[in-house]
Amino acid sequence: MLARFWNLFRRRQLDLELNAELTHHLESLEAEHRARGLSKSDARMAALRDFGGLVRTKEEYRDQRGIPMIETLLKNVRFSLRSMGRTPVMTIAVVATLAIGIGANTAVFSVVNGILIKPLPYSDPERLVRVAHLAPGIQLSDSRDVGSSLFLYFVHREQSRTLEGVGVFGEGTSTVTGGREPEEVRRFFVTSDVLPLLGVQPLLGRIFSQTDDAPASPGTIVLSYEYWQRRFGGDRSVIGRSLDMADDTWTIIGVLPRGFRAFRGPVDVITPSRFDRNQVTVGGFFRGSVARLKPGVTLEQASADLARLISPAIDSFPLGPGVTREQLQRMRLAPVLKPLKQEVVGDVGNTLWVIMGTIAMVLLIACANVANLILARTEGRSHELMIRAALGAGWKRIALELFTESALFSLAGGIVGIALSYCGLRALLTIAPASLPRADEITIDPTVLLFTLGLCLVSALLFGMLPVVRYARPARDAMSSAGGRWSSGSRERLRLRGTLVVAQVAMAMVLLICAGLMIRTFQKLNDVNPGFSFVEEVQTVPVAILPASVPDPVLVVRRQHEILNRLTALPGVQSAAYTSAVPMGGGFTADIIAPEGRVSTDGSAPKARQLRFVSPGLFETLGIPLVAGRDFTWTDIYEKHPVVLITQNLARQEWGSAEEALGKRLRSGSQGRWHEIVGITGDIRDWGPSRPLTEIVYVPVLAEQIYNTPTYIGRFITYTIRSSRSGTPAFLDEIRQTVWSVDSNLPMVNLRTMGDVVADSMARTSITLLMLAIAGVMAVLLGVIGIYGVISYAVTQRTREVGIRIALGAHGGEVRGMFFRQGLVMTGVGVVIGLGGAATLTRWMSALLFEVSPLDPGTYIAVAVFLVIAAGLAIYVPARRATRVDPWESLRAE
Amino acid sequence: MPKQVLQGTLDLMILRTLATMGPQHGFGLAKRILQVSEGILDLNQGTLYPALLRLEQRKWIKSSWGVSDANRKARFYELTARGRRQIALEAESWATTVSLMERFLREPAVKKD
Repeated sequence: MLARFWNLFRRRQLDLELNAELTHHLESLEAEHRARGLSKSDARMAALRDFGGLVRTKEEYRDQRGIPMIETLLKNVRFSLRSMGRTPVMTIAVVATLAIGIGANTAVFSVVNGILIKPLPYSDPERLVRVAHLAPGIQLSDSRDVGSSLFLYFVHREQSRTLEGVGVFGEGTSTVTGGREPEEVRRFFVTSDVLPLLGVQPLLGRIFSQTDDAPASPGTIVLSYEYWQRRFGGDRSVIGRSLDMADDTWTIIGVLPRGFRAFRGPVDVITPSRFDRNQVTVGGFFRGSVARLKPGVTLEQASADLARLISPAIDSFPLGPGVTREQLQRMRLAPVLKPLKQEVVGDVGNTLWVIMGTIAMVLLIACANVANLILARTEGRSHELMIRAALGAGWKRIALELFTESALFSLAGGIVGIALSYCGLRALLTIAPASLPRADEITIDPTVLLFTLGLCLVSALLFGMLPVVRYARPARDAMSSAGGRWSSGSRERLRLRGTLVVAQVAMAMVLLICAGLMIRTFQKLNDVNPGFSFVEEVQTVPVAILPASVPDPVLVVRRQHEILNRLTALPGVQSAAYTSAVPMGGGFTADIIAPEGRVSTDGSAPKARQLRFVSPGLFETLGIPLVAGRDFTWTDIYEKHPVVLITQNLARQEWGSAEEALGKRLRSGSQGRWHEIVGITGDIRDWGPSRPLTEIVYVPVLAEQIYNTPTYIGRFITYTIRSSRSGTPAFLDEIRQTVWSVDSNLPMVNLRTMGDVVADSMARTSITLLMLAIAGVMAVLLGVIGIYGVISYAVTQRTREVGIRIALGAHGGEVRGMFFRQGLVMTGVGVVIGLGGAATLTRWMSALLFEVSPLDPGTYIAVAVFLVIAAGLAIYVPARRATRVDPWESLRAE
Repeated sequence: MPKQVLQGTLDLMILRTLATMGPQHGFGLAKRILQVSEGILDLNQGTLYPALLRLEQRKWIKSSWGVSDANRKARFYELTARGRRQIALEAESWATTVSLMERFLREPAVKKD
């Protein structure tokens, strides 16, 4: 069989050999006959007679030699390639249209595949879950869960019946010192259970043992492959060496294999948490916890198992500071287990599927266009095809031939498309929001290529089907419709193409409406008053002063204050301050806030509110208005005055109005110190412009008995500097030098303006908008080309009729009107269907919209009008050509 | 009256001829087969070549280019070891077929209706 296959590629040589062999035979026969006395020509005739059919022999021989089916296919391919080469413009148009359609789909699918479809890169990832708890009693904003907690983790580890393993983790950044400049690394904090339960094997050395994770153990650290390569050049003798980080000196014990990633993304170093079970108290939520279910255990069974463990867990540990049993009861803790993948991917799925859907629709429109082109091309061959059918070519054979051509077109489109998608994907990933999960796992892998191949076949079927159905019918039908180019046949073809155009217009309509709705959403988001201003002028500079470098809280404030003073003194700085989290920066620090004298009057638990630890001057710098009272002073901070500021909405909720709230007291937790409200600030949208206003308690950066801590000091802070020079490289450089003049060990990364912060919080909307806009523009272009093509075709087909009409005295306007009517009817039907389609389909994207109804009438009307105008222009050009028909020419052309 | 070649018999004829005569080119084979059949067989000599190719694909014979008696370039076919075994098998099955047919033909004809 293999030999036969091989034979396909050396036909020429084999044919020569066969000819030589047969010639030898014939000549030998001839020589014999000559020897018997026949004349030369008689001998030749006799030889041929003896031999039998020479041509038939060769045919049989060739069939025996190769594989007939593949030979036919190759013949078809060669034939198609030749005929494609004869019409290069059309071939390029078709291949380019398909390449764009298939390429866009490949690129978006590789994103969908990398994020949503590919399993997580851990062993047996289906059994991995994130362990968290809901606390409906305290109504966390944004319906968040409270994560897990150490007291729960220890009990899960010791007593659960459904978990094979459970661990606690955290992801963050740290500073590695000892190099030329302090280096910020991505750090994965884990208990010793985490790596084994993910199924990670070290590439070099070992991973953490229980001993490494014990409270007093010396620091051990595991490196990711990538960091090992980057920092140590892949040196295998790295095991046993030490690495200095701000909080400890760590001994390297292992290197993980290439491609290991934590849940938010790639990491550089992994350290054991070394929790002390004896110090654990009840409280302290918001820990990340991951577990592996035992085989065969469902999420429900595991949830029930963990629910059973809540009260034993509370009983096994002392209550933490500020935690009461009553409070715990009011929280109504309940375990919530989610597949780890869902946790890692988050809610990006909806957006991605909407984008995938719209891009797929672009491909459909592209296919409709290609179908139109191919129909036109096949029409050019209709006589040939009919004659062949009449001569007995089987319709299967013709169908196969036509389809081969479509398949070739779509394969060529697919190949170019993959190249396009490769470039497109890189562009896409550079503009993708930083929060895009698993972005590092997006590649064009075999699954994607398989998808693309499937896409090629499906599109070939879609646009290749029409000419096949139309032209490759059993011969009898073909003959009966062979009546002539000018009768029913052309009308029928026009109807077919008209239907394609209607479908295109309808789909373009849907896509444009989607894009329009996103544009409206984006406008609405930009119109939202976030509650702070000067976004382009405020530079944010994160700085962390860790206990290892400055243990004493007061000294931390002094150092922060010193840096602040120097930053304020930079040229062009109008004002500066710092905060534990900038608005819309995604910071999350919440505690239960109890207003004085109002504890559980209506039986409801005090609610969890956001805490922000800030320096004086923050509100002025960010342009957040002070509604009543005063800002903090440095005296408040250094003397640890028990004062807070709250947002206006929180004041209204708890006390009715800003004025009422002023002078009242509140505390965090149930045992914290009472803090007096000295000021009320304007509300801000801390979760992004599309989210509700956030209730916030602003606390001095140094405070006592708050957030379950005797003396709280905000060590991870972000400077906010207002200056017209924000964002310029020179300014950033001055900022770095200024900070390093105080402490040269501070890493300076992620310097953004508030404008960047706000844009990042809207990144998903803007990238969705961009994708939909691209899809919409492509759809309109293709749709307009489709309309243009069909009207042009109609004009050509009806030249004779138009000529007669003009000869009989019709005006140019009447002729034009004729085609306009035809075109506008198609457009109109398409628009109506599109409106209906959009009304149904846009429901799926309502989660992406903000203050815009999926049925927003303005958008629908605007898009419809726009499409009709665009279609009008596309009709106008060929219709005008019709009025220039010369009656004599048109009739003579027959 | 000359007979058409019975399906499948040509293969055995070729193999058998090659076995007795040694390497042969196509013309020589055709001539020999016609000689042996003494005019009973009506062979279109061309049909020999697809058959030769088929046998070669089955690895029962192999071919090489050589020079004929008339000092011309010709392709010579010869039996392979597998081909030799095949002759034995085919001959046996042919013998079985023949004896079977003889039995039927010797029996009285089936009564009609």
